[in-house]
Amino acid sequence: MLEIKNLYVRVEGKEILRGLDLKVNAGEVHAIMGPNGSGKSTLANVLAGRSDYEITNGSITYQEKDLTEMSPEIRACEGIFLAFQYPVEIPGVNNIYMLKAALNAIRTYQGKSKLDAIEFLNLVREKLKLVRMKEDLLNRSVNEGFSGGEKKRNEIFQMAVLEPRLAILDETDSGLDIDALKIVAEGVNSLRSRDRAIILVTHYQRLLNYIVPDQVHVLSEGRIVKSGHRELALKLEEKGYEWVKQEADAA
Amino acid sequence: MTSTAVEYYLSAFTQQKGKFIAPWFSDQRRAALDSFQQNGFPALRQENWKYTDVRSITKRNFILTEKGNGSVPKNQINSIRFNELDCHELIFINGHFSSKNSRIGNLPDGVILESLVIACDIHPDMLQKHLGNNANYTIGAFTALNTAFLHDGAMVYIPDDTVLEKPICIFYLSTETKHSFITHPRNLLILGRNAQATVIESYTGIENADYFTNSVTEAVIRAGAKLEHYKIQQESEQSYHIGNFMAQQEKDSRLESHSVSLGGKLVRNDITSNLAQPGASVTLNGLYMARHRQHVDNHTLINHLEPHTKSEEYYRGVLDDHARGVFNGKVIVHENAQKTDAQQSNANLLLSDNAEADTKPELEIYADDVKCSHGATVGQLDKQMLFYLRSRAIEEDKARSLLTYAFAEDVINRIKFVPIRKRLEDLVIGRLPDAALIREFAA
Repeated sequence: MLEIKNLYVRVEGKEILRGLDLKVNAGEVHAIMGPNGSGKSTLANVLAGRSDYEITNGSITYQEKDLTEMSPEIRACEGIFLAFQYPVEIPGVNNIYMLKAALNAIRTYQGKSKLDAIEFLNLVREKLKLVRMKEDLLNRSVNEGFSGGEKKRNEIFQMAVLEPRLAILDETDSGLDIDALKIVAEGVNSLRSRDRAIILVTHYQRLLNYIVPDQVHVLSEGRIVKSGHRELALKLEEKGYEWVKQEADAA
Repeated sequence: MTSTAVEYYLSAFTQQKGKFIAPWFSDQRRAALDSFQQNGFPALRQENWKYTDVRSITKRNFILTEKGNGSVPKNQINSIRFNELDCHELIFINGHFSSKNSRIGNLPDGVILESLVIACDIHPDMLQKHLGNNANYTIGAFTALNTAFLHDGAMVYIPDDTVLEKPICIFYLSTETKHSFITHPRNLLILGRNAQATVIESYTGIENADYFTNSVTEAVIRAGAKLEHYKIQQESEQSYHIGNFMAQQEKDSRLESHSVSLGGKLVRNDITSNLAQPGASVTLNGLYMARHRQHVDNHTLINHLEPHTKSEEYYRGVLDDHARGVFNGKVIVHENAQKTDAQQSNANLLLSDNAEADTKPELEIYADDVKCSHGATVGQLDKQMLFYLRSRAIEEDKARSLLTYAFAEDVINRIKFVPIRKRLEDLVIGRLPDAALIREFAA
């Protein structure tokens, strides 16, 4: 589904990703771990198409297409979803209308009919239950005045409604208490299927207790320096990131 | 060059002389004309006109219109109305009252709502007592010209302790005519003690109509009275609009002013509120949207003259293409005005690299126990918000429209009167691309 080869990315003149390789197949869940500043969030944002992130080398292929040629909105239509680390507040733009516009734009692009108001409402109610989000948040401005946990839950709620093919969760677990973390995990797990892939960007192993990944990668200084299975995450929690770095430097 | 322009108006005055209404007003006319002759038109070197060049107005020879000039189809009249709004309505076409189109309706006892021309016949005493008291023609050429050429407009009088339930709508419609023309609409609003009224002034021009609206509105708000005033400016994009609103506020009175400026080629809106007695308060909200080569200038002046007076001001501008927006908000807290509370904010959104905003808050404080603040910003659409919306499959253009609307709506949302808020929402949305999508959001 997704293949990243030798990716170099510059942000504000500084090289953040330096020769990153990653392959994600449909049906898989990949966890990207790594210390602060290793480039995890950069990777997530580059996949969603942030324009001020400059790709200087390498390629990203998504479903046999060159992802780098696509605008953020086309990527969304093609099934990519980014759950933001810091979801921005947008005063004056209604949460639920934004979601409806998003869903119908994606459905139109994919050759499906738009949902009418009732169909949409039914879908929304069903997904709200999944993330146990209060209905009154729907009619507020996007993320405005939401608590940190509500913002993250709103991201997962949007993801559940939009049903992406490739979901990227950028530190969705950070700042969540254990109950909220479980809810987010349930939301993600409900989305797991043979034709979807999920990339979890996270600093802590904790989330992986609830969403068991197929692969774990360690990102350090803009490259993936080690890949493994669930055990790798546990080892990282126990030993920290330093040993991976040393191992990588020695190699 | 300016002197030729001044002479043009002087000779127009002489020609018009025999046709003026209200003979008792002729001394004021003459004095206003003399003041105009002495001072001429404002120039860029004058602080108050630093950003707005009126030479595009003064080099033109606009003519005064005769009554009945040009017929207006019914659907054009209807299009300027507020459909669902039950109101007392006066309609002026090219500066002249149109009684056949107006619907004044039933009024409570003692309330006067008439065109000036008619009021001259039936309420001359009332008019004579108030007209011109609060519109000081020495403050500038345009108010002086309006006073000298004063002809038609609206007279509103609400007696003491009277609450007018339905709003008053004063519509000024300008149409396409053979010669480009000038009108000097003059409105007089008097609210007695504890009276309440909502007054909407709407200026609309038919597309391509070429004219100059030079309006003056003077308001007296007596003790405990409340005036909600709306000015909706949708002149044609070929036209010029200079409007001056002056309010005199007595003890514990309240003025709420909402000004929405969308049309016109060159526009200047002046609002002055004199908080002349303790407890008087004023709120000035404003939205200006300009595109192409439109120029819109908003000047407000709030005089805190007595203690415990309060003012709040909130203006926002959206500027696209080569448009230019000016905001100058002056607040003077006079020596006697202790315990003044004055807040002011102006934010400008630039949608194009060629658009320009000049914003200048001015606070002059001569009292020591006051609470005052002001802030002004000029910025572009937020990149993070844009990216967020785009990452949710909303196309860039649409995302821009949505965010622009959200910015403008912040002013419209302050309007509590629902039918007007809806109407203004609709007008603002109509100005943006992707109106259908935004309408859905605003629903």
